[in-house]
Amino acid sequence: MIEVKNLSKAFTLHNQGGAMIEVLCNAHLFVAPGECVALVGASGTGKSTLMRIIYGNYLALSGTIRVGGVDVTRVTPREILALRREILGYVSQFLRVVPRVPTIEVVAEPLLALGVNHEVARTRAAMLLENLNIPQTLWNLSPTTFSGGEQQRVNIARGFAHSYPALLLDEPTASLDSRNREVVLRLIEAAKTRGAAVIGIFHDEAARTRVCDRELNVSRFSPQTAL
Amino acid sequence: MTLLLSVQGLTKRYGARIGCTNVSFDLYRGEVMGVVGESGSGKSTLLNCLAGYLSTDGGTVLFDTRAEGLKDMLTMSEPERRQLARTDCAFVHQHARDGLRMGVSAGGNVGERLMAGGARHYGQIRASAIDWLGRVEIDENRVNDRPTTYSGGMQQRLQIARNLVNGPRLIFMDEPTGGLDVSVQARLLDLLRKLVRDLHLSAVVVTHDLSVIRLLSDRLMVMKSGEVVEAGLTDQVLDDPQHPHTQLLVSSVL
Repeated sequence: MIEVKNLSKAFTLHNQGGAMIEVLCNAHLFVAPGECVALVGASGTGKSTLMRIIYGNYLALSGTIRVGGVDVTRVTPREILALRREILGYVSQFLRVVPRVPTIEVVAEPLLALGVNHEVARTRAAMLLENLNIPQTLWNLSPTTFSGGEQQRVNIARGFAHSYPALLLDEPTASLDSRNREVVLRLIEAAKTRGAAVIGIFHDEAARTRVCDRELNVSRFSPQTAL
Repeated sequence: MTLLLSVQGLTKRYGARIGCTNVSFDLYRGEVMGVVGESGSGKSTLLNCLAGYLSTDGGTVLFDTRAEGLKDMLTMSEPERRQLARTDCAFVHQHARDGLRMGVSAGGNVGERLMAGGARHYGQIRASAIDWLGRVEIDENRVNDRPTTYSGGMQQRLQIARNLVNGPRLIFMDEPTGGLDVSVQARLLDLLRKLVRDLHLSAVVVTHDLSVIRLLSDRLMVMKSGEVVEAGLTDQVLDDPQHPHTQLLVSSVL
């Protein structure tokens, strides 16, 4: 489902003397449907960078990335947007929303973008929010004023609103209490059962061993080691 | 998705100076494209050329007309062009007073666009004007008031209603949230996003506010000295900028 080949990435900082920072060199990764792969490695080794390149948020320097048959490194912005709408979901560590939009609409939005009926989308959103223990009194408020943990859960609900065939999860269980952590792990397990390919970054080791089938140490792709 | 607007090599010179040069892009139905750059970078020149407010010195602007398919807006006859501007294109100005008739009631401002499109039934015109005021969150009992009695944010919303009432497919926006305070800005952004999604609108939005563009647009063009220096997916251009000028813009955000 997700296939990364010979991927390299470097950042060139033109306004800081043209400094070039190499992050990844010749990265390889393959994730089958129904499989969950954990990216591990010390902070700064490029776990999030790799994830962002797969999502099309960062540009690759070279190499190919195929997600469901689409090569992310070669397609137009509009094809990446279609990919993100239909196939590839991403739960980041931060919630970025338009202020003033009610939480339930934030969660329903990915479904609305797919043309799902408004009522159906809201029902699905309500179910997720309830599972993730967001009190109903908050559903019609904007999440911008929520606590860190609540925002994180809203973010997760949004990421799981549509049944994406491929999912990228950046620290989905960070800043959650044990009850909510359990809910999130069940969501991930359910996604795997229905055949989703998942790539995750988990600092929580117990969570990682429970949902992930394999670990991939990203430091293998550090330019220093590769040379 | 269908192609709505295709711009190739658009150039505008002010004498020896460059307004914008060799700008090319495609815009599809339902797509929002942002144009950012410092003041003087040519982004407003570009928008005014596209909207037909300025003459151009080269290039083509193909628009998918309802009757004849793709047609060059720059070479079509004036009546044809005005017809297109009345029915399919809309322009939201930075200052609402540039896009509104300040001496005419709010309802009249919205209704005028319908009349320009051929509507004559007063009751129906008034009803759709009231409907549209509601959609942009203006209370029905303000329909007979002039825009001069409105706040800045309300004027901007009225301008949007006036522009969208006759169902255009393409909307040009010049700093739509400029000059509004932040809470009003958030409300307007929310409204614009909803309208774009529900009506399947395409838009070209010019702004210097990178956070506005991140929330509003799918794609982004960065301009400098009249040239497009970088273009791509909005979050990619903002999070992993490649061109020195884009890196400078992004790193300058407070």
